[in-house]
Amino acid sequence: MLEIKNLVVQIEDKRILNGLNLTVNKGEVAAIMGPNGSGKSTLSYVIAGKEDYEVLDGEILLDGQNLLEMEPDQRAAAGVFLAFQYPLEIPGVASMTFLKAAMNAQRKARGEDELTTPDFIKRVNAAAAQLEINKDMLKRALNVGFSGGEKKRMEILQMALLQPSFCILDETDSGLDIDALRIVSEGVNALRSPDRSFLVITHYQRLLNHIVPDTVHVMHAGRIVKTGGKELALELEANGYADYRESEAA
Amino acid sequence: MADVTLMKTPAETALVQAFESARTALPGQAESRAQAFEKFAERGLPHRRVEEFKYTDLRAAFREVAPFAGIPSADEAKAALAGAKALSGVAALQVPFVNGHFVREAVDFHNLPENIEIVPLREALANGHDWLAHLSPIPWASENPVYQLNTSFMADGVMIRVAGPVAAPVHLRFVTAAASAVATATRILVVVEEGASVTLLETHESTDGANHQPNDVVELIAGDRTNVQHVRVNAEGDKALALSTLAAKVGGEAVFNSINVVAGAATSRHQVFALLTGENTNLRVNGATMLKGTQHGDSTLVVEHGAPHCESRELFKTVVDGEATGVFQGKIIVPHHAQKTDGRMMSAALLLEEGCAMNNKPELEIFADDVQCAHGATCGQLDEDLLFYLMARGLPKKEAESLLVQAFLGEALEFVENEAVREALVGTVEGWLKARA
Repeated sequence: MLEIKNLVVQIEDKRILNGLNLTVNKGEVAAIMGPNGSGKSTLSYVIAGKEDYEVLDGEILLDGQNLLEMEPDQRAAAGVFLAFQYPLEIPGVASMTFLKAAMNAQRKARGEDELTTPDFIKRVNAAAAQLEINKDMLKRALNVGFSGGEKKRMEILQMALLQPSFCILDETDSGLDIDALRIVSEGVNALRSPDRSFLVITHYQRLLNHIVPDTVHVMHAGRIVKTGGKELALELEANGYADYRESEAA
Repeated sequence: MADVTLMKTPAETALVQAFESARTALPGQAESRAQAFEKFAERGLPHRRVEEFKYTDLRAAFREVAPFAGIPSADEAKAALAGAKALSGVAALQVPFVNGHFVREAVDFHNLPENIEIVPLREALANGHDWLAHLSPIPWASENPVYQLNTSFMADGVMIRVAGPVAAPVHLRFVTAAASAVATATRILVVVEEGASVTLLETHESTDGANHQPNDVVELIAGDRTNVQHVRVNAEGDKALALSTLAAKVGGEAVFNSINVVAGAATSRHQVFALLTGENTNLRVNGATMLKGTQHGDSTLVVEHGAPHCESRELFKTVVDGEATGVFQGKIIVPHHAQKTDGRMMSAALLLEEGCAMNNKPELEIFADDVQCAHGATCGQLDEDLLFYLMARGLPKKEAESLLVQAFLGEALEFVENEAVREALVGTVEGWLKARA
């Protein structure tokens, strides 16, 4: 279970999160929607541990562990996974090398044995087939020359292999065509389980037709301003975020 | 009036004394030795006011001159070679040198692979040999003080003639095993005849803790339609002051690839002087340098496109950690007649700590008007966003850094075709990174 209490975050003296509270239960798929600049991506980076952000107040607990005291790699080993909105290209690092390094680093952090090469390859092949990732992609340098859809599928492949307990999808639907959206969503849905929670950040209701959330939160000006069921997403799609902007103005 | 600088430093005085006492004992070439030393003595050890040595002040680096190493006994040589590690997993014809002297017992002259001949240089110098006419193939190299010192003191080495394709790599293995500091001056001459091909490996190892002063020269004369792959590894001991020069003259329609991997020495300077004399030749000169502590590593390069329609690629990658200093000086010269030259030179440095430094000096000297030439130089730190991405996947910071450093240096190693060699070089990089973590 993830609990965020009164989170206040700024970057270069600009306040982005203003006392945000959020709870995501085990097995729950929570969606966060909100207009541009409401702080959605900042929230995902702060949970994953990016350095640029200054946390002024509040706490983030994952199964009772204080994430804010941990380095990004320790958070990953504790179960946090962030699927990046813009996955980075790493020239010179083969995708397979990267996947193996990541899996073994997390196993090591948890006191488990390193994977044998055959075991590793078996796992990658099984997960890659489901996401329609071919061998050629895995041989190339990580994300270098990948299309937008390929990059997002690679993120979900990593998620499938690392088996995190708390997954953040940061605008995973951006830059995807309909087919890629379907493949990615099916990949995510296959990972849904009673032990795994998701935080799905998106602008559009479209993604939520494929990954149906249990709860929908509306974020505005660095706070959660409304929480509801999946029907809230449809309401937002019809009316836009104008209501929340006005309430802020008033 | 000629501007004559009097020799002043103790090291310069010691070099004069060393040359005076050694000149009669050194094998052959008395006249060219004397000429070279005279030229050297006119200016002395190069210092920071000499443009080519601005970033590597040899007058300051040479506090004293180590005695030149004698010829090791057969047992000493055997013991030294038994401990050699560099590229040891690569199957190759071994041509070893201990303390700067060729270990002829280690080479089975009667069963050499096809298309290769080896002549010990010491005897050749003493008794005369036809191939000696090939020495000093690059005219302007003789203006270089490091090269002049080698010509003055060269005591041993080999001459290799390649007459056709040679299947296995030829490994020139240099080991300096003396417990106290010694100086060495070896000269290797490799003549690759028209249409022939060979892979040359060159590794340099020495004992830690001693201020060894190797000064090695490898000279290559590659004829038309030759293919030469050259891989050099500097794995010198931690106190060594290692100077080296590669002088290569390459004919037409040929391929010559060379890489120098630096993982050792307190101070090192590797100079490449390349002259392309025939059309449609492809030259690649790469460098992968890893520096830490207070190490100083200098890569100096002069490529002259002496013929039209040649392509050259120079890629130097330097990783600098601690308080180390890296130097890259590269110059591509394109004379009037070398039209359609295509030259690209790039030096990229990765600075891992606050206190380290990199000096980049790429130069183009172009007199022809129909050429494509470019040079670039970058100095930077590891990309924070990439580090975060890797850490967010569970890699601890040091491991994430190592992966990015490996990727950075890997680009310079990519062209090495021999898989065993390339893997050994990657292993060298991994070893360096492990020692860092």
